[in-house]
Amino acid sequence: MNQLLEISFSSLASSIHSWLSSAIANATILNVVEMAIAGVCLLVFLVPLCFVLGYMERKVAAFMQLRLGPNRVGPKGTLQIVADTVKLIFKEGLTPNASDKFLFNLAPIIVVVVSMLVMAPIAFAKNFQLWDLNIGVLYVTSISSIAVIGILMAGWSSYNKYSLLGAMRSGAQIVSYELSVGLSIISIVIMTGSLKISDIVMSQADGWWIFKGHLPIFISFVIFVIASTAEINRAPFDLSEAEQELTGGFHTEYSGMKFAMFLLAEYINLFVVSAMAATLFLGGWMPFHIGHWEAFNHIMDFIPSSLWFLGKTFAIIFIIMQFRWTFPRLRVDQLLNLEWKYLLPISMVNIILVTIMAIMGWYL
Amino acid sequence: MFLKDYFGTIFKSIKSLLTGMRKTGYYFTHPKEILTEEYPDNRATLKMFDRFKGEVTMPHNENNEHRCTGCQACEIACPNGTIKIITKQEIKEDGKKKKAIEAFVYHLELCTLCNNCITSCPSDAIVMAQTYEHSVYDKTQLKKILNKPGSKIMEGVE
Amino acid sequence: MSLLGENFMTEEGEFVINMGPQHPSTHGVLHLKVWLDGETIKKVQPHLGYIHRSIEKMSERLSYRNFIYATSRMDYLSAHINNQACALAVEKGLQVEVPARAQAIRVLLAELTRLQSHQLWWGCTGLDLGAVTPFFYAFREREAIMEIFEETCGARLTQNFCVPGGVMYDVNPNFQKRVKDVMQQIKSKYREYEEILTGNVIFENRTKGVGYLSKEDAISFGVTGPTARASGISCDIRKWFPYDGYEKLDFEEVVMEGGDCYTRYMARIEEMKQSVHIIEQMIDNLPEGDIQGKTKNVIKLPKGEFYQKVETARGELGVYIVSDGAASPYRIKYRSPNFSNLSALETMSVGTKIGDLVAIMATIDLVIPDIDR
Ligand code: SF4
Ligand code: SF4
Repeated sequence: MNQLLEISFSSLASSIHSWLSSAIANATILNVVEMAIAGVCLLVFLVPLCFVLGYMERKVAAFMQLRLGPNRVGPKGTLQIVADTVKLIFKEGLTPNASDKFLFNLAPIIVVVVSMLVMAPIAFAKNFQLWDLNIGVLYVTSISSIAVIGILMAGWSSYNKYSLLGAMRSGAQIVSYELSVGLSIISIVIMTGSLKISDIVMSQADGWWIFKGHLPIFISFVIFVIASTAEINRAPFDLSEAEQELTGGFHTEYSGMKFAMFLLAEYINLFVVSAMAATLFLGGWMPFHIGHWEAFNHIMDFIPSSLWFLGKTFAIIFIIMQFRWTFPRLRVDQLLNLEWKYLLPISMVNIILVTIMAIMGWYL
Repeated sequence: MFLKDYFGTIFKSIKSLLTGMRKTGYYFTHPKEILTEEYPDNRATLKMFDRFKGEVTMPHNENNEHRCTGCQACEIACPNGTIKIITKQEIKEDGKKKKAIEAFVYHLELCTLCNNCITSCPSDAIVMAQTYEHSVYDKTQLKKILNKPGSKIMEGVE
Repeated sequence: MSLLGENFMTEEGEFVINMGPQHPSTHGVLHLKVWLDGETIKKVQPHLGYIHRSIEKMSERLSYRNFIYATSRMDYLSAHINNQACALAVEKGLQVEVPARAQAIRVLLAELTRLQSHQLWWGCTGLDLGAVTPFFYAFREREAIMEIFEETCGARLTQNFCVPGGVMYDVNPNFQKRVKDVMQQIKSKYREYEEILTGNVIFENRTKGVGYLSKEDAISFGVTGPTARASGISCDIRKWFPYDGYEKLDFEEVVMEGGDCYTRYMARIEEMKQSVHIIEQMIDNLPEGDIQGKTKNVIKLPKGEFYQKVETARGELGVYIVSDGAASPYRIKYRSPNFSNLSALETMSVGTKIGDLVAIMATIDLVIPDIDR
């Protein structure tokens, strides 16, 4: 079944490709059509993904809070999020009178588009990757930092002081936490010597980096999870929307579908960040292998690679959700303190350790 | 020294965060701790306490008799004019006139459920009912006449 | 549209934001006008009156039995203690003896009220600081206490259980067992509170050293209750001017030095423990006897002025009755704790960040309807 799935993914892609190239002669048009198909596939994947994440978030929150969570619409409340989406679609999307209307309407689109772009180089399963470009990791870090522009835009154009404060916080936050995220990614890049996502995954065939890399890589993993939680503005780092302080922060003035776009972006970002953590540190779609236990390894191989990937990703998503439903929120100066006084110095020292490890070959 | 403090803080912080996460994790993995009451579904089993103040009612016995003499003590005791007693003069068989209630008008929409009327009633004619679903579409529906049509005062209640 | 103006930005470039009347962290219709320099607070101005219901004026046309119910709507979390204060004031005027059993029931319910109020406050503090989950844990215990109220008084929030001369009914037969169970439950959950909020590093950073209120300031603003006791002022009415038999009870007044949000937080947590202690020593030896002293049907206070103060969950509540000898008061004035506590808000919050303002408001534990009455 494992083999079957992998064959089917890649062979499906190649058969579509050969069929299209026989139909369309012009190479440029062929490219455009293929991109469109990939884009549609991504959209078809993303919408259910957001439903799943939304449902999961509610259930996780509810169970931690001694509640049942959504349980009315559909079996066990699974359709609740669909109902909510329908509600949001039919709601009036207000644009405040004094706002900068162009920027106000553009902001949610930018935020969503950016988060979707980051999906491109993620390896969902063996041989199943939309775009395996050779600077995959760099691409992810650079594109994801554009999202802050959308947030700043939303805050500025709303003509609302809460929104502006939220956007400013968000700007400061994302710019600083970018560094830690980058440095912890670099520690993996040093180990693998490649920026290509497929190479990074392949380098973990004999063991995931979190096991192979000893303590330094583990520290980078922890820093990556913390810093990227901050980068996607989730609690306890959700200062830009801090409900109790800023009533909603940068999206205070948004309603209806435009508000839903911010939500969508938040969930996609959550997925992307967890997928990156899984890819870099937990071996992506690589199954779990223990040394020479052939039988055990064989059983592990039997589980489809896509399941491995999704399993790891969702485990990290769960942890990030648990952060949100356990911790109080930091204050804005403490947030920056945490980054500049703790995470950044530690990751810098860590990089040195990792480099020494890589030069000396002190890993498995 | 500085480094010791620095790492000490980090370890202490991480430990405190993990303790919190262990607690939420515990509840996440123990669904039997869930307290949610699925309200409209448990209507059949949901029982209010005997003293629960739901609304003022006037109990009638099987002969359609109540105990209200129309003394208006409850009307005076009510802080916000929820009760209006409309009395009439009834002529008994022996020719004597007697005060009786025509209507005991009760405005549930004004009632603060303070229980003052109940404690002030000298003949225990009114009690609190344990109802709890009072929502209606129009507030005029909340104006109630507590004595049933054709009801009489019970024998022996003065 | 210009950005300058009274409600947007001052000439010096200070941002003016309005927290409230509808704002997630004001817990009611409190309106705070906040002048900001970046994130730093320059000035705070509370605007009151959104929930003014003229309870004092209304009471002037109600009889002495009737005006009590309205005080449940002032500080709705200390409803029973408010009722008790009014009943005590009337009793003072009437010179009527309250039976020991009635006193004990009143004190028990008052301490339960304090407990549930602090429990709700604990949850809301977590909520205001961004931790949603503690709120639900707090409500689990609070719900158990509310059930006791519902069983005994017939209502969860606006009990109206105190009448001049005593209490309305005797307690339920299984009141004692229920209270003991709940106390057991609450005591076993203290640890949980510590794990999830008190010891949490983020929480400590958010509250330690934030919103400092000095002893002198607290006195001059007339701050009372746990907020003042956390600044080192011994002001527990239950100790200084005991009423309803508090003088016979063994409990400690929680006075702490520090004056910051964390100390206020700890003071309330300690008070919860003291309340549990009071309840536990009373529950097994409820005196037998009547539950109401002798009062006339229509109460008329003698001509004069009567003042009674009690310790609610938030501080000192004073009831001041001026009587001209008629069946309803000539004038009633409530000295509500929240009004005075709110006045200290600006002193505490100038120079802090917006996030701190939320923490400060949470730890003063404001109940807005009590401010406006
Ligand atoms: S419960 Fe109170 S408000 Fe309601 S009718 Fe009786 S006295 Fe009036
Ligand atoms: S209900 Fe009771 S108090 Fe009211 S009028 Fe009837 S007898 Fe009098």
